[in-house]
Amino acid sequence: MDSNTEIDIRNLNLHIGKQQILKDINIQIPKNKITVILGPSGCGKTTLLKTLNRLTDMYPDIKVVGEIFIDDIDILSYKGDITQLRQRMGLLSQRPYPLPMSIFKNVAYGLRISGRKEKKFLTKPVEHFLRQASLWEEVKDRLRDPASGLSIGQQQRLCLARGLAVDPKIILADEPTSALDPVSSQAIEEKFLELKDNYTIVMVTHVLRQARRIADHVVFMYLGEVVEQGPAKEFFENPKEERTKAYLKGAFN
Amino acid sequence: MRKYFKIKRGLRNTLNHNWMLLALIVIMLLPILLGLGLYIKSEVLLQKQSLWHVLFSSNWKPLAGEFGLLPFILSSLWVTFLAVVLAAPICLLTAIYLTQYSKKYLLRFMHPVIDILAGIPSVIYGLWGILIVVPFVSHYVAPLLGYQSSGFTVLAGAIVLAVMIIPFILNILIDVFHTVPDELLEASLSLGATRWQTVKKVLLRKAYPGIISAIGLGVSRAFGETMAVLMVVGNVAHIPNGLFSPGYPLPALIANNYGEMLSIPLYDSALMLAALVLFVVVMLFNFGSRLAIIRLEKNM
Amino acid sequence: MNRKNHTRLIKAEEKIFIGVMRMATLGIAAVLMLIIVSILVNGLPALSWEMLSQTPKGGFYFGKEGGILNAIVGSLYLAVGSTVMALFIGLPVALFMNIHLLNHQKLVNTIRFLLDLLWGVPSIVYGAFGFTLMVYMGIRTSLLAGIITVTLFIIPIMVRSIDEVLKTVPRGLLEASLSLGSTRSETAFRVFVRQCSPGIVTAILLSFGRAIGDAAAVLFTTGYTDYIPHSLSQPAATLPLAIFFQLSSPIPEVKARAYASALVLTIIILIISISSRYLSRRFEKNKIKF
Repeated sequence: MDSNTEIDIRNLNLHIGKQQILKDINIQIPKNKITVILGPSGCGKTTLLKTLNRLTDMYPDIKVVGEIFIDDIDILSYKGDITQLRQRMGLLSQRPYPLPMSIFKNVAYGLRISGRKEKKFLTKPVEHFLRQASLWEEVKDRLRDPASGLSIGQQQRLCLARGLAVDPKIILADEPTSALDPVSSQAIEEKFLELKDNYTIVMVTHVLRQARRIADHVVFMYLGEVVEQGPAKEFFENPKEERTKAYLKGAFN
Repeated sequence: MRKYFKIKRGLRNTLNHNWMLLALIVIMLLPILLGLGLYIKSEVLLQKQSLWHVLFSSNWKPLAGEFGLLPFILSSLWVTFLAVVLAAPICLLTAIYLTQYSKKYLLRFMHPVIDILAGIPSVIYGLWGILIVVPFVSHYVAPLLGYQSSGFTVLAGAIVLAVMIIPFILNILIDVFHTVPDELLEASLSLGATRWQTVKKVLLRKAYPGIISAIGLGVSRAFGETMAVLMVVGNVAHIPNGLFSPGYPLPALIANNYGEMLSIPLYDSALMLAALVLFVVVMLFNFGSRLAIIRLEKNM
Repeated sequence: MNRKNHTRLIKAEEKIFIGVMRMATLGIAAVLMLIIVSILVNGLPALSWEMLSQTPKGGFYFGKEGGILNAIVGSLYLAVGSTVMALFIGLPVALFMNIHLLNHQKLVNTIRFLLDLLWGVPSIVYGAFGFTLMVYMGIRTSLLAGIITVTLFIIPIMVRSIDEVLKTVPRGLLEASLSLGSTRSETAFRVFVRQCSPGIVTAILLSFGRAIGDAAAVLFTTGYTDYIPHSLSQPAATLPLAIFFQLSSPIPEVKARAYASALVLTIIILIISISSRYLSRRFEKNKIKF
């Protein structure tokens, strides 16, 4: 595996029941960059993301064939403790899903389930990650309050802090700003630009403008296939495939 | 010709409309009618003795005019409480397994099983109780714990009742668990939690009000169950003092004595009062539980 | 404790609980088997043509001859009568709730809530109430009194079950019908009922099953008898009471009648459960998905 590639997806095919959702996916996701997976709604982008941290295990109807290499380990055939694998990646969903507990416990969740339960070991990390997500100032006085009381933009930042707290190397984001107002959306985008120095970010979106704003690397998917992938500059200025050109002109929206 | 059809149609419409309205009003009034009817009949007794006295006296001698309902109320509480203690964990565990762990086909297989269990009439459960549960208690459970018993006990009643309310509570729990969004569980799994940790810390926490409501509804169902319990519980009018003592829950009291009801003065009034108590308790539990479920659905 | 041990503990706990959960689930299926088997084992030997076609001779409690025809017919009369009455009252109300009251959602929700409360009232309360009504109206224990009481008991079930089916009809269908010039009542019967007929049949079956299986509501009101009733004002025997009254008899032939009644009742319920499951699956397949 190339030392600049964080995730190497080879010949991935995915079926839900009889329908094929992902066809012969081959993608190399670069380290410490923001890779945007672009494409119209319903072409399998979210499913691809969920395959990366093997959330697809939850659904017995889903059959996955292929290889996904992270750190020279094929996670699809990995027989060890999948929970450890998942902690290498953080997931941010379309709508924020705060866990049914206090703000503090939300962020501390990842640490507590790994066994670190003593409060003294938790207060510092919780503060650190809330700061990283730019949420600390707003919640520092109400850490014990239920997370459901936050605004939707704050909730998404909370989910970000929560995800960072498990110390992942990769952040997976599934249209993370689609449920947010413009101000919160911008906050999340800026956050990603800051974080990419230390993390590899894979973001799914169907908003072209968002991709133009923050992508370093682009993968364009259509109907379950990878149409084109490459550095963002090349992709937007010199698209090679016909479908890519059509998409960039607004044909599929 | 056209005019004739128009009139007929208009008339039919009005008739339908009025019929629907009438039926609706009757149904809406039903709970009040039920309560009122029972109350009117109980009034005769209540004029002579205070409600307090009737509810809390354990003196049940109808021929002497003593209608203390306490033994029956306590019997009902014993049997109901035990039944819920037996049924609730089983329902919880099964609901978790079916919605979180098992393959889809198992849930589909269990649906008819649960439906059939829910549809089996009370008397059949009672018969099964006599054939299997009573001997079980008498030959296995009692000797194991050092007791001698005929089997017609509070425990037997609780076991039969538990089996009866399991399909009821289970269906509600399965629905409640399905209202917890998959994405929330995925969020927990993505953070590195195992399935079981996710169940404990996320699923159960989020569904907590629904679980309580399901149990509340189970309690009210158990409280009002008549025939099955009557057939196995012994029907002795004293306060039960243990698992192996016979009991005499309220519904059994009413069912067993309707024959003598009219021949002894005030007896019918006492039994109607018992029915009224049953009605009120069940309504309160139902009301509270259903309200909680509605609030749960709103919060989702 | 360190990470590795913690993980081991978590996994062990999970394994234990999965085992317990499997047992609980299997246990429930096993109990159903147990119930059906014990009814079969005791009921099959008691079943015979005489049993099904004759009424008890010599009194239901002591007579050694005859069968349970009185209970079978009585139950059928009672269950059919009350299901039909409940349908007449319940179907219009359910339609009313979903069509005419479409703009009064709060009222509809209150009605649903009330009905759910009524559904939870134990049948013995309905029986006691029915008895009070009987005395008040001067009716004796009879098929009629039983039918009225059981009707009251199953109305909430009938209405809510039909309501659940009607709820799924999308608003667009109602609007389409109205814009073609139908009145709301016509829309109700010609469109909604047709669209939902399998679901409505399921609701009817469900209510019928409850009506035929219930003992507490008929105990006070329908009485019991060896004969097949010829008019509504005569008492009637029912299968649940046939079991209840004859089970404790010391005479084995009488007991056999109780077991036979149990078997017949169980078979009826099984048929109803299976056919309503089958119907609702058919319904799901044929429904036009909007």
